[in-house]
Amino acid sequence: MINLPLLPIIIPLVSAVILIFLNKSIMASRWFSALSSLATIIASVILLQKVRVNGIQTVDLGNWQAPFGISLVSDMLSALLVLTTSIISFLCVIYSFRSIGKERESFYYYPIFQFLIVGVNGAFTTGDIFNLFVFFEVMLMSSYVLLVLGGTRIQLRESIKYILVNIISSSLFVITVAYLYSVVGSLNMAHISVRISEIGQPGIVTVIAILFLIVFGLKGGIFPLYFWLPGSYNAPPAPVLAIFGALLTKVGIYSIMRTYTLFFYHDIGFTHQILGVLSIITIIVGVIGAIGYWDIKKIIIYNIIIAVGVILYGVSVMNTDALAGSVFYLIHDMIIKAALFLLAGIVIAITGTSNLRNISGLIKRYPLLGWTFFISALALAGIPPLSGFIGKLLLVKGGFDGGSYWGAGIVLMSSLLVLFSVVKIFINGFWGIHRNYEGEEKAPVKWLLISPIILVVLSALYGLGSEAIYPYIMQAVETLMTPDIYVDAVLKER
Amino acid sequence: MEILMSFVVGIIFMAATYLMLSKSLLRIIIGTGLLSHGTHLLLLTMGGLKTGAAPLLGEKAPSYTDPIPQALILTAIVIAFGVTSFFLVLAYRAYQELGTDNMDRLRGTEGND
Repeated sequence: MINLPLLPIIIPLVSAVILIFLNKSIMASRWFSALSSLATIIASVILLQKVRVNGIQTVDLGNWQAPFGISLVSDMLSALLVLTTSIISFLCVIYSFRSIGKERESFYYYPIFQFLIVGVNGAFTTGDIFNLFVFFEVMLMSSYVLLVLGGTRIQLRESIKYILVNIISSSLFVITVAYLYSVVGSLNMAHISVRISEIGQPGIVTVIAILFLIVFGLKGGIFPLYFWLPGSYNAPPAPVLAIFGALLTKVGIYSIMRTYTLFFYHDIGFTHQILGVLSIITIIVGVIGAIGYWDIKKIIIYNIIIAVGVILYGVSVMNTDALAGSVFYLIHDMIIKAALFLLAGIVIAITGTSNLRNISGLIKRYPLLGWTFFISALALAGIPPLSGFIGKLLLVKGGFDGGSYWGAGIVLMSSLLVLFSVVKIFINGFWGIHRNYEGEEKAPVKWLLISPIILVVLSALYGLGSEAIYPYIMQAVETLMTPDIYVDAVLKER
Repeated sequence: MEILMSFVVGIIFMAATYLMLSKSLLRIIIGTGLLSHGTHLLLLTMGGLKTGAAPLLGEKAPSYTDPIPQALILTAIVIAFGVTSFFLVLAYRAYQELGTDNMDRLRGTEGND
């Protein structure tokens, strides 16, 4: 038997190591990293089909039986997220060829990029809470390097803050794991779930639940803890920003989803209520930021925060429809945020600025760019045939069924304001009088457009083909709603 | 013994927080080092402190110390070491480039420096 869940982690890891040695030749690094990303996609597709047909796949590392060793668990949710991650990373690598610049390429950009994918795919796949911390650190370490690579003044300044915030949250993560270990005496997630349901979630476990919310909320950017996000994400160049915006916060969200459905589902009235209130405030704060700024990057960055709120709202309602909406919306958001950041990167490459007041009339010379941006803006807001719609529909339906009318109403309202914030970019940046920009001729627009166009097409297919994708999502939600499926798959002899 | 260690951990966290709230970047880095130090001690304490036995699970051993927290601490120490050294290099580079290690002067965005 081959250890299929390992492949999306091993392929980027091995290729990252090889890429370090290939560093002298930029062309070789480009080809090799694109090929390895492609191999990761193929492995994830095979994994997804395997999970669809045979149910949850587990690997016990070193052949230690489940509660004792580290196990990797691929259920439908993690397989879907791993596939999305692989696709986005492939497209970002392709985009990087012509935009990231020779200096960064020759200073280990591609190996670090692959290490980041190792961390993200590992965090999605692992079934051990301490191993989750380790993969978080792999991901964070690579993100520090990617953030500071290039060494401009703004990057150095923002990296310091980003690292400081993440060191504190990592310490808090270890502290939380220590508390959890002293209460339940296990690190295997399935085993923890069994132990907690045996003791019936007393007060101390609820405290641990809130600590986990703080830890993952810091990574994911929920309301009081998102303060570092707009500043830090403003610093790096477009492809790095796209991969950060599309993947890093989503790892935090995935972890909240996993812990709050697998461990802490006994006292929903308290923990999920807090999560619900915080997610609604997150949406409101994000909307204020998205409307208030006149900077393309900032507007889209605040849209990340809105999406975080929307997805976590579905988790807090905790019924089948709302969770299905969350999963739908999570994957949609990963695709469309990557597309938007890459498109914003093209606009910045053409004009040399991200301030909307200095940009206008781009659609005259770049109609394809304009229309791609317009379609992705509509998809972001959730206009029906595109991908955001079905997720929001299920979310709002679940919210109303769960009796949370205020929350569902605010999610609905936020869609309109999201549409306003991105159409503001479209109206101000693409309409109006045509201007000439310095360095406009050098921007390789045609090449750069390949990745965002593929992403937008994927987003449209995701929306139009939601009938075909629905069974996959429902299989993921079934595991989330009934933790016993997950537990039985991991602890086989139970 | 566990209670005593809890106090020690609390005092270390207190000192770490104080250092991290200061303006000088170097003090902040020392603060993060202290914070991870306290975290490791806490991890050890949470596993339960027993004296007089090796952390090995023999078939017939009358008593043993839980080996898992020690394995976790080893991992966490390595990670904390890597992150701290990266942070120190970054701080030095930032000091060279920006000419200050005062957090008050590291504020702002590109537009309103």
